[in-house]
Parts: sequence; structure tokens; C-alpha cells
Amino acid sequence: MEIVMTSVTEKKERTGKAQTTLLLKLANPFAAFGRGVINIINDLGAAAVFLLLAFIKIFHPKQLPKIIQQVYFIGARSVTIVILVGLFTGMVLGLQSYYALVKFGAEGALGTLVALSLIRELGPVLTALMITARAGSAITAEIGILRISEQIDALYTMQIDPVRFLVSPRIMASLISFPLLTAIFDLIGILGGYLSGVVLLGVNAGTYYYRVQSSVEMKDITDGFIKAIVFAVIVSMISCFQGYFAHMRKESHGAKAVGYATTSAVVLSSVLVLVSDYIVTSLLL
Amino acid sequence: MTAPLIEFRNVSKRFGSLTVLDRITLQIYEAEATTIIGLSGSGKSVLLKHIIGLLKPDEGEILYKGKALSELDKSEMSNYYAQISYMFQGNALFDSMTVYDNIALPLVEKTRLKKKEINRRVMARIEQSELIDAAEKYPSELSGGMQKRVALARALVTDPKIVLFDEPTTGQDPVRKNIILSMIAEYQRKFGFTAIMVSHAIPDVYFISNRILALYDHKIVFQGTPEELEDFEHPFKEEVIHSLEGLKEELTGLYSRRQFKIRYYNELKRKPFQEPYVIAVFSILDLELLSEHFGHETVQVMIRCMGRYIDDHFGSAGGFSNRYGTNEFVTMLPYSDLAEAEEILNNFVEDIQNRGVRDICEMTQEQPSFEDGFTLIVMAGLEQGQQDTTIDAVVNSARNNIREIARLRFGKSEAGNEKISS
Repeated sequence: MEIVMTSVTEKKERTGKAQTTLLLKLANPFAAFGRGVINIINDLGAAAVFLLLAFIKIFHPKQLPKIIQQVYFIGARSVTIVILVGLFTGMVLGLQSYYALVKFGAEGALGTLVALSLIRELGPVLTALMITARAGSAITAEIGILRISEQIDALYTMQIDPVRFLVSPRIMASLISFPLLTAIFDLIGILGGYLSGVVLLGVNAGTYYYRVQSSVEMKDITDGFIKAIVFAVIVSMISCFQGYFAHMRKESHGAKAVGYATTSAVVLSSVLVLVSDYIVTSLLL
Repeated sequence: MTAPLIEFRNVSKRFGSLTVLDRITLQIYEAEATTIIGLSGSGKSVLLKHIIGLLKPDEGEILYKGKALSELDKSEMSNYYAQISYMFQGNALFDSMTVYDNIALPLVEKTRLKKKEINRRVMARIEQSELIDAAEKYPSELSGGMQKRVALARALVTDPKIVLFDEPTTGQDPVRKNIILSMIAEYQRKFGFTAIMVSHAIPDVYFISNRILALYDHKIVFQGTPEELEDFEHPFKEEVIHSLEGLKEELTGLYSRRQFKIRYYNELKRKPFQEPYVIAVFSILDLELLSEHFGHETVQVMIRCMGRYIDDHFGSAGGFSNRYGTNEFVTMLPYSDLAEAEEILNNFVEDIQNRGVRDICEMTQEQPSFEDGFTLIVMAGLEQGQQDTTIDAVVNSARNNIREIARLRFGKSEAGNEKISS
């Protein structure tokens, strides 16, 4: 596919086209709007093709060591931040929920509220946002720098498919890491709720655990993992795509382009995580 | 005439409204070293990237062994690209990998070789490139020259048939520049690959190139040997060659070939008719053997040292010199006859015997170990010329008279230095 084979020197053509586009926007707003829509659809199509190619190339010999390496980078090195955020999310959820429930004399339901909120929603979403901030930005920056320093071109000249070498392992590693980290988040979050609800606020421990155990069903956990997998695809694909095509940004070049690409990756991933959360939730419920 | 390996037929490339290549037609032949020269921004790297497939032409065709690249099927195209290696101007080393991993990467990813075999091949390249101490370092921890050697080792580790070099000596000092060029030349001769180089290093590239392609005003204006380029009259020469060449050769400080010839003809004009002059030709034997034993830097230091000795001795007698080839120097003595030239030569030999070995060892920063000993053989030939003979004819006659004049012994005992009587 042409879009995935572009090299640094092709950027010059796009810059020329960007200048022409501005003049046309002023002259004919309807044409400009139409062109904008076409560009968005074009980019979405390119992203879809990019994702499809990257996914197919996961199943290639010699990928395993790279996938393991990325699982370590994306997954293992995110454990600390996930634990930290999970703990305090659980604690604040326990705290807020207690004061809401106690008005109705229903503080015994604290365990249910904390567990279901975390497992169904907060766990997958906050985990995805944390990994976006930590690993997603790093992926975009790393691939972007590889692009502007011609290292991706060097891979191409060595007949090494850059998408297979760089992107596929990261997508696979995300598919493995996101659900696992979500599970860790959920568990630590439930523990956090215990700390604030039971230890600090005096809710009965037995009641707390009984409520957690009885209210959580397998479907809740599965739905949470499905969300985690959807978020994994979104975050990894956007991060890799933004970095891979950082050199084709119209408004900047070089290191600045990598900076913009990183920012775009984080913002776009975060927004799409939240949007897709609603869509997936409405489909699953 | 042999069929070209790679051929461009009316290839044009534009970026927006900017035409970079305008109906380029050129031929590159197998197992030759071809250098593309031109001003900065003239499209040399763009031309190179068309060969490797990073860019596609807007017009025209690129042919490989007579067949257009656009007509090759997928497996033929894959075979074509598999034979090509590229050395980037900025090296493009993977900065998160060590030197070893960088060089091993093409073998690990593209071959089914066992780990032991990959290690053997990579270590062979590392040793050839004098990178043993740097094997576990990262590119950011290396000097620019070492990074170039890593990039060169990586480009050659797959034993490619065609190697593209994009400005391999950019940013290097004269010694390092010649080291890199001599390494490229040595590997090209040894492994027989087709080398295509983009370079500004004039006249150094003349020593290692079989053919020169000159890119000027988006077109190829010259294709031929470095010797044919000397007789080529075109604004390109004034604008590009003369501005890049400079007055003196960077490594030895001797005249560039052009300046040497200009001065040669000026001296002849000044001299009364029939008054003789002498041309001396010097050469150093077995430089390749020396570089294998003691490294390319040692060889470049020896060449520099020899150039300085020649200039010192013959310059004081009104002579001037030029590095004519990789291991050859030519000196003109405009005011001497053959007898006087012989006397100056004897003094030169005595001086180089007494001080040459010591000076070379001092100048060689890496202090190579000469424990096993090595003998450097210096040859020289003299010929008296007349005004009505061309310089090339006199130089060739001097070459025919060449004889051994000194042996410099490097090793435990320098007592073995020999002076050969004339």
C-alpha cells in the first residue's frame, strides 16, 4: 500500500498541496468543507488499512521476542502507575460512595457499588488513559523520531517491513497488556475501597466482601475485558499511526512534528477511549 | 561495450513545482565504483533513492539488467531489492540498539542463519571495521567516524551485490575521509560489488572511482572516467569541480591535480626551450596488505607522511608535487637535470630512512603493534622531460624507470632499514 511506504522526501509534495488548500478554502467554503470531509475519510481509511496490515503481520515468525519486549515496556512498566491510580481511585470511590449511601442507610452496599463501578467502567477506562499517557506517548515519540531520522527508511532499504517490525509487536503487546492491567486496576481499586470504607469509615468488612462477591458476575468481568481490548486497539493504533506518519504533518517539520504527533496521539486516544466506551457500553448492556 | 547493470532512461522527478531530476539518462556498470558528483541540492541523493526504491520517477524508466523495474513481478522485485544495500548520509543507525545489534539486524530479520553463523559474520565485519571495543556501545556513545564505520559494516554484512553510499565522508577530517574511502575501495575490490557513491570529496574520490557521473542543472552532463573528466570542458567544471577541489589536497597538503597541471604548464612557458626538467614518480607498495595488518588509519598516516617528506625535500629545490593515485606521488623539478634530481633523491632516501619510521609511529594515534614487523617498500622513478612532451608521457616514462629505493622496517628492531643503492 502506497501510504505505508512513503519516505521522508515525499513530504514536500504535501506541503505544496497544503498551501493551495488554504487559498481554496477562502474562495469556496463549500468546496473547502467537502475537501475537509474527504481528507478525514481519507485519513480514516489510511488508518484502517494501516491497522489491518499491522494486525495481519503480527502472525509472522520472529515476532515473539519483540512482542515480549513490548509487553514489558507497555505492560510491566505500567504496573506501578496502574496500582497507584487504582488504589486512589478505589479509595476516593469508597469515600464518596459511603457518604452518598449512608443518607439512605445503604452503606452496606458499598462493596457492590465500588466493585461494579470499577469492573464495568473505571477500571478499563482509567487503565487505558494511564497507559495512553505513559506508553502511548512514548510509542508515538519513538516511532516519530525513527521516522525523521531515516531509521524507518533504513529498515525499508534492508527489506525489513517497518510495519511488521515496529507496529505489529506494539499492537499485540497492547492486546495482552491492557486486560491484564485492567484486572490489576480492578483488584487494587476494590482494595482501595476497602481501605477507605472499612478501615477508615467503619463499614463491616464481611459485608463489604460479601457484597463484592455476590454482585459481580462473570459478564461484568468479560465486558470490562472487552472494553480493555477495544481500548488497546484504539490506543496502540493511534499512537503508532501518529508516529509513523509524523513526517507528513502539514503544519510542522522535524522534532516539532514529532511533538505535535505525540500530543495528537494522546488527545485523540483519550477522546476515542471515552467515545468508544459509551458505544461499547450501549452495545453490551 | 558491456551492458549496464542499472540504467536510467529519461527519468524525471518533481516535488510540487520543483524539478529535481530532468530527463536523466545514465548507465552504471557491474563491479565498478561509480561516483555521482554535483552541487549541494542538485538531486544526487534523490537520484540514489530512486535506485533503492525509496522514490519512484514521475517520468522515464529505471532498468535493471535491461528490464524495467516497473515490469518486474513481485518476486523479481524482491530479489532486486535484496541485492542492494544503502549507507545513509546521516548513518540512520538504530540508536536503541548496540553496535553489534545494529550490524546483526539485517541477518537476524531477513535470513534463517543460526545464531552462531550470524555471530561469526558480524564479528568479522566488526573486526574489519576496527570496532571491537565499541561492539557493546550505543551509537550515541560513538564518535562520528565510528558511526560511519558501523553504518558501513551494516551495509556490507549481507554481502550485497550493489551498495549505495550517500555522502559517506561528510563531516570527517581529511585522514578519516580517506580512511572511509579506502575502506570502501578495498571492500569493493575484495568482494566485487557494484558501488554507487554520492560524494563531495573531490579529488579523493577520483582515486577509488572507475566512473564519474556529473549532475548539473538537474541533468547528467558527464559520464566517464576520472581521467576523461580532466579533459571535459563545461561550466560544471568551473562551478563544481574547481570550487570543491581547492588548491591543495587535504590529506597530504600537496597540490591538487588541477593546480599541479596548471603550475606545470606555467613553468614550461617560463623556461627557455630545450632546457630540461625532471619528473619523479614515487609509489608505496603493498598498502592493502598494510591496511589488513595495521588498519586504514595507519595507511593514511603513512601516505600523509610520505607526501610531507616529498614536499619538504623536493620543494626546497623548487619542485612541487601532487598525489597522482592512491599510493602514487608525482613531483616536477623544473630547474633540475637528471643528475641533480638523483642527488636530491639520495638525500630524500637517507632522511626517510633516518626519521621516517619514527615520525610515522608518532603520528599514528592508535599506536599499532608492529611486534611481528612489517617492511614498507618505497619505489621511485625519474625521467627527464622536454617541453614538447606531454606530462602524461613523461610520467609514464618515469613509471617505466621505477625501482626500489628504500625499505622501511617497522618492528622490534629498526636496524633493518635498508637503503637501496641507485
